[in-house]
Amino acid sequence: MTSSDSTDYKVLGTRPIRHDGADKVTGRAIYGPDFDTAGLLHGKILRSPHAHARIISIDTSEAEALDGVMAVVTGADWPNNSNGTSMVEDGTGTEIESNSNWLRENLLAGDKVLYAGHAIAGVAAASPHVAEEALALIEVKYEVLEPVLTIQEAMAKNAPILHEGLTTQELGEDSGVVSNTADHFQHTKGNIEKGFEAADVVVEREYNTVMVHQGYIEPHNGTALWNTDGRLHVWCSTQGSFVVRDSLSDLLDIPVSQIRVTPTEIGGGFGGKIPIYVEPVAALLSKKTGSPVKIVMSRKEVFEGSGPTAGSNIKIKLGAKSDGTITAAHAWMAMEAGGYPGSPVGAAAQCVFAAYDIENALVDGYDVVVNKPKTAPYRAPGAPNAAFGMEQAMNELAEMLQMDPIDLRLKNVATEGTRRVDGPTFRRIGAKEVLETMRDHPHYQAAKTEGHGRGIAIGFWFNIGFDSACNIAVNSDGSINLTEGSTDIGGSRTSIAMHAAEVLGIPVEDVRPSVVDTDTIGFTAVTGGSRTTFATGWAAYEAAQDVKKQSIERAASIWDVDSDTLNMEDGVIKSKTDSELKMTFKELASQMSDTGGGITGRASVNPKGVGGSFAGNMVDVSVDDETGKVTIERFTCVQDVGKAIHPSYVEGQMQGGSAQGIGWALNEEYFMNDQGNMANSSLLDYRMPTSLDLPMIDTAIVEVANPGHPFGVRGVGEANIVPPTPAIANAVSDATGNIMTQLPLTPGAVLDSGK
Amino acid sequence: MKWIDYENAKTVDEAIKILSQSGGKARPMAGGTDLIVQLRNKDPRTDADVVVDIKDIPDLNVLQCDPKTGLTIGAAVPLYKIYNDDNVKKYFPAIIDSASLIGGVLIQGRASFGGNLCNAAPSGDAIPNLIAHNGIATIAGPNGTRDVPVEDICTGPRQTSIGNDELLISINLPVPAAGFGASYIRFTPRNEMDIAVVGAGVSVNISEGKFTAARVSLASVAPTPIYVENAVNALVGETVGDAAIQRAANAAREAAKPISDMRGTAEYRKHLCEVLTRRALNAAIERAKEGK
Repeated sequence: MTSSDSTDYKVLGTRPIRHDGADKVTGRAIYGPDFDTAGLLHGKILRSPHAHARIISIDTSEAEALDGVMAVVTGADWPNNSNGTSMVEDGTGTEIESNSNWLRENLLAGDKVLYAGHAIAGVAAASPHVAEEALALIEVKYEVLEPVLTIQEAMAKNAPILHEGLTTQELGEDSGVVSNTADHFQHTKGNIEKGFEAADVVVEREYNTVMVHQGYIEPHNGTALWNTDGRLHVWCSTQGSFVVRDSLSDLLDIPVSQIRVTPTEIGGGFGGKIPIYVEPVAALLSKKTGSPVKIVMSRKEVFEGSGPTAGSNIKIKLGAKSDGTITAAHAWMAMEAGGYPGSPVGAAAQCVFAAYDIENALVDGYDVVVNKPKTAPYRAPGAPNAAFGMEQAMNELAEMLQMDPIDLRLKNVATEGTRRVDGPTFRRIGAKEVLETMRDHPHYQAAKTEGHGRGIAIGFWFNIGFDSACNIAVNSDGSINLTEGSTDIGGSRTSIAMHAAEVLGIPVEDVRPSVVDTDTIGFTAVTGGSRTTFATGWAAYEAAQDVKKQSIERAASIWDVDSDTLNMEDGVIKSKTDSELKMTFKELASQMSDTGGGITGRASVNPKGVGGSFAGNMVDVSVDDETGKVTIERFTCVQDVGKAIHPSYVEGQMQGGSAQGIGWALNEEYFMNDQGNMANSSLLDYRMPTSLDLPMIDTAIVEVANPGHPFGVRGVGEANIVPPTPAIANAVSDATGNIMTQLPLTPGAVLDSGK
Repeated sequence: MKWIDYENAKTVDEAIKILSQSGGKARPMAGGTDLIVQLRNKDPRTDADVVVDIKDIPDLNVLQCDPKTGLTIGAAVPLYKIYNDDNVKKYFPAIIDSASLIGGVLIQGRASFGGNLCNAAPSGDAIPNLIAHNGIATIAGPNGTRDVPVEDICTGPRQTSIGNDELLISINLPVPAAGFGASYIRFTPRNEMDIAVVGAGVSVNISEGKFTAARVSLASVAPTPIYVENAVNALVGETVGDAAIQRAANAAREAAKPISDMRGTAEYRKHLCEVLTRRALNAAIERAKEGK
């Protein structure tokens, strides 16, 4: 379905082979752990076995004495400017102020450890094995404290306190009350008391989800060389080389001008590679040794010592008229931040009711610290948790009203002009078109197979804009070199190159895109928030426009005509008045040197016209009534993407988000013992879905052009992970007759749900 | 720093010699899919000074399937060779059940039934199946070879009755009597690369509508895979049908002594013992009826 103008694009909407394809399929691409350089030392990190403990002392002397050990660092090696705050991007479009001490202490502990896996010390040695052996020689004395492992425990009266200095921010004011609740905020619209009074039916239910991990294949890694001239060079796989640079600047208290970050290829991130973990420890070790130091996490470290996403406790209350009009909605959401404040509850609050035009609404959000790893962004952070509650409540409401669940949603759907409960008013959005596409889709039209359950749900992610830069140099053969700073996780190099190719009217194969380091390109924000194709694509569009303008001016000077009389279309510059005057971009390129020198285009953008994306799922499941095992029999993902620049990569994003959502729904969980140790910190027992666990994920691309982008692009990376958990829960409820209030829907849990 | 030696034995004698001289700190390695992970994780139950690679020993690579003599599976034969063998498929189809579900395709290129047995995990997917097939393990040591029923090999988690100076050579399954059918079914939340929450390996012999013999074995419900005699007693001599099958399934549930862990609660596992034993018996009966 397309509601955008039927613009006749030459490059956009085609499916060219990716520029980095050959290197990736032949194994030649260089990822972070592949990095090597002369004199490289290997670092390892000592981690806490306790979920909550005070550190009495750390004795590193035996480790330092071990043959082959070059340096040991602890939290005492952080620079001594201890009371600062840092602005950090939380990956959701928000710059949040964070206590610099907390950021540092999460990477090398201070006087407390706040989760099992919390980093305490780093060792650099000639080999990784020696470094590992040295870890066992570091003696840490702990005073073990009672761990706080759930939101309910953390918010209980007399709960053990993680941070003696943490007081609750209550509706924007410091309450002065020491607690594990870092923040309580509200968004309000209308008057929910009146709204519930006006309702004919009310649904009210409580839902719980548990901590899950992004599950990227490549572990966190980083190599640092703190050179004798004071310059720090870091090679790592990250979602944002400039974020690494700026974070290192804050943590190490050195100017950004002294830091160069070279991003390697990246083996997945999904938000989890926005924060940094091992890079500053490698930097401190490099400073002490004068040698480059590489640290690569093990899988166990990735689970226990990086940033998963929050478990949550959510209460949803909806009131509606008998015709289906929602009169009031209340969401009460508390989310785990992990050991330090900063859960995704803020983003969840922006998304929970976003699909609907609700007159009276209230959202209460609570950011709660618990003795688990500090959470990090994970693909539409917080939104899947919120949708798990909201979209199940919507289905329950539909059942009470005896309405089709898609019709109920269409009755209340948000459209252009709808004001969200958190403030913004929507420009043109595609929620309605997504629901209509679902309703009319062969999947929804098909009769349900006997014994199967069917569920639907929709979800929203707002997407972000932010800074991006792009440079283009024209080669004498008419090809262009395009440099940009967005690390490429999902094929963005090619999508960005397609923007430039479309503007210049040249084949995308004539564009050579490169992701370059922080010394080589203008500031570019993270590959996150579904912003890369939107914002860096826009930068490429502007840089190509710059090249186009200069090319026309160059042709004008060659022909000695006014440049206003020329235009450039399909890679040909020609006169609007004289049909004899024309020349291809290739021909012009071959003459650059003789006609004034090379042509380079450039752009730095910070686009504000970001367009949110809606996605919907239809899911058919079967449930083994003797074992409780759920099999996904059919799965369809529908998403409004604005404009699909490279449809294959858009479909890949839709299928990838769906696959992760299926894993989240069915099996993935941090399985903690009562002491707060993760029992399943391996890919064997964490149970992400394999290819045999997934059906063919059917996709239906909806294109409702974003009016805030020259090609109508919205971000596509995240909205697709929002609906799977509730859609699957709704399908399982349909199959079993039992409401699923708890994730994951493991076989045992599904079997027990009937008891 | 701890170094581990690697020895590549070419004969059984050479392997036995290395094992005998290593003071209990030598580990035979076939595919290494369990061993290498345990060594890398510094598992205290797998403390080794030397790893003895047995993949190049001819006696351990025998895969011989003959309707007259039975099936011999060399201890180092990788799973993919087992499930690609036409005779195994024809005469021991239930053996394929285990061979094709251990690990995933990549693991199956290296992992062996011998390794699965010697690793002695409570969840070992080959073990209940081998027990159900009356498997006999042939073990070589400094004083010659001995034969031991598979159900007597595992003595505890990662513990076996095979001595430190001994080496598993092969597992031998006898020729099935007429009316034989077997099956191995495991339950896992994920469809590959997973550990059995419960596994059930069974075999039956059927003659004139009655069970003349049966074997029932369970994985993941005790410190070792177990042979469930009460389930067998509920079948032998009885008419083939739901009543006897249900009694056997109930006996399997009662025999299970599982723990609660991240893979399932004890109660859920006991429930699955009943379900899987029943399902495995029905599958085995089908095969017996088809003459497979």
